[in-house]
Amino acid sequence: MIWSKNETLSREELEKIQFERLIDTVNTVYEKVPYYRDKMIEAGIKPSDIKSLKDLQKLPFTTKQDMRDTYPFGLFAVDKDELVRIHASSGTTGKPTVVGYTKRDLDTWTECVSRIACMGGAEKSDVSQICFGYGMFTGALGLHYGLENIGSAIVPSSTGNSEKQIMYMKDFETTLLVATPSYALRLAEVASSMGVDIKKELKVKKAVLGSELMTDAMREEIHKVWGDDVLVTSNYGMSELMGPGVSGECEYLDGMHINEDFFIPEIIDPKTGEVLPIGEKGELVITCIFKEALPLIRYRTKDITRLFYEKCKCGRTFCRMENLSGRSDDMLKIRGVNVFPSQIEEVILGVSELGPHYEIVVTREGYTDKLEIRVELKEMTDEYKELERISKKVNSRLKTVLGLDAKISLVSPNTLQRFEGKAKRVKDLRGDK
Amino acid sequence: MLSKQISVFIENREGRLGEVLSVLRENGVNILSLSLADTSDYGLLRIIVDKPEEGSKALKEKGFSAKVSDVLIVEINHEVGALSHLMEKLAKAGVNIEYMYGLSLHGETASVIIKTKDYQKVQEIMKK
Repeated sequence: MIWSKNETLSREELEKIQFERLIDTVNTVYEKVPYYRDKMIEAGIKPSDIKSLKDLQKLPFTTKQDMRDTYPFGLFAVDKDELVRIHASSGTTGKPTVVGYTKRDLDTWTECVSRIACMGGAEKSDVSQICFGYGMFTGALGLHYGLENIGSAIVPSSTGNSEKQIMYMKDFETTLLVATPSYALRLAEVASSMGVDIKKELKVKKAVLGSELMTDAMREEIHKVWGDDVLVTSNYGMSELMGPGVSGECEYLDGMHINEDFFIPEIIDPKTGEVLPIGEKGELVITCIFKEALPLIRYRTKDITRLFYEKCKCGRTFCRMENLSGRSDDMLKIRGVNVFPSQIEEVILGVSELGPHYEIVVTREGYTDKLEIRVELKEMTDEYKELERISKKVNSRLKTVLGLDAKISLVSPNTLQRFEGKAKRVKDLRGDK
Repeated sequence: MLSKQISVFIENREGRLGEVLSVLRENGVNILSLSLADTSDYGLLRIIVDKPEEGSKALKEKGFSAKVSDVLIVEINHEVGALSHLMEKLAKAGVNIEYMYGLSLHGETASVIIKTKDYQKVQEIMKK
């Protein structure tokens, strides 16, 4: 089902809405946010210089650092009175980034997530179990309101206590699962250890997954344990922009539709900041054009993807972003080679003898970077040469993909750390990076 | 005699072997023979037990990688040259041995555990 008629607007109609909203937003931030006004004056731009959508390129970027510099409310365009909700990112380094919502912002958010949930197959009849951590993190409440708006029954089970999660799933006959891809796998492990036959005893038929990127190999792995008939979709968002609801995959699984009447996407060269031609891969930059509290202009997401504008088989006309190839943040530079953890994941998931959980450890000996991959052995053998063959297979495939030699360490099942929220699989132990 | 062996994957980490053994103890599984070799990162523990299927199941439930496979137990005289004799016979018959370890002594005889793909051949040789 397509939730909103806006999702099928012609490009011409859509661009008209986008331009009106962009102008409104630029005027607002110029008037109400001194930080933005100063930045625009410095760049020699006035709101009246924005005469077409293309002129968006003239505006300066916003970065996470800008949000930190103005902590907590410096980029807000409304009085604190107008706020009805405040969220914050985890802020693993330094101050968290704070985001706020007006009443209308919450409605917009709910609308965006309802659309994404519909793309993932959500219906009124669904029982939706939300296994995202409730709290300052936007994921849980975003999906909560969006799914409730559709009429689905919400089980706000949050994260943790996985045995109880499986019990709810069985007893409440949960049909739709919201989780990170890695927690979806973890829940399946727990179900098996409890003796629950997932494909027979559970009724989950839709998995609306987000908050970390999902490779194709990861999706296959999820199908293996949850069943081939489960619709597994990924969706995208970040708290700075709103939370979940920026884009999502429909049943055709060919890229994530961006809610373009609320967000204008651009792809830039992360080094030069130049806007790249349509279809090229680069850093995703998003401008929020219908937000009251925190209308970010040209926010640098650090996520690497490409955009395509062909109409989708599902009937939606919004442009799509390719499933992420990684975050420029997550990229490791090992012996001068750029490595995305997702590339390593694809290789590991392609080896049937290994489990889907892994850990990437980067160390430095003298002046040389060492890459170690720890991965769980799933299929047992009683011969050393077989274990060596598995290690060598992973090593040589990684060499083909990355051009790097890695030490492969096989470990027993269930010994690597499991994650309920975003998985942290990389340990970079080099002192200087 | 064809017998069942459990192989268990063990990372080189303090206490890991003890964990395997305590699972077997808790499940009342008795070890008849054992072989443990290691590389720098991991080892394979191979054991002959009285209840191989139960032992393997218990280990898997505790999260270990375990597998039951077929091995041969061959009884030989407990005297100088007996093993050497056996090996000569097997070599002549073209039997390839993957690995081998000792079982136990019972007065006049000793037993060795042999892993080979040609176990039928070995059994025929031993009948002669």
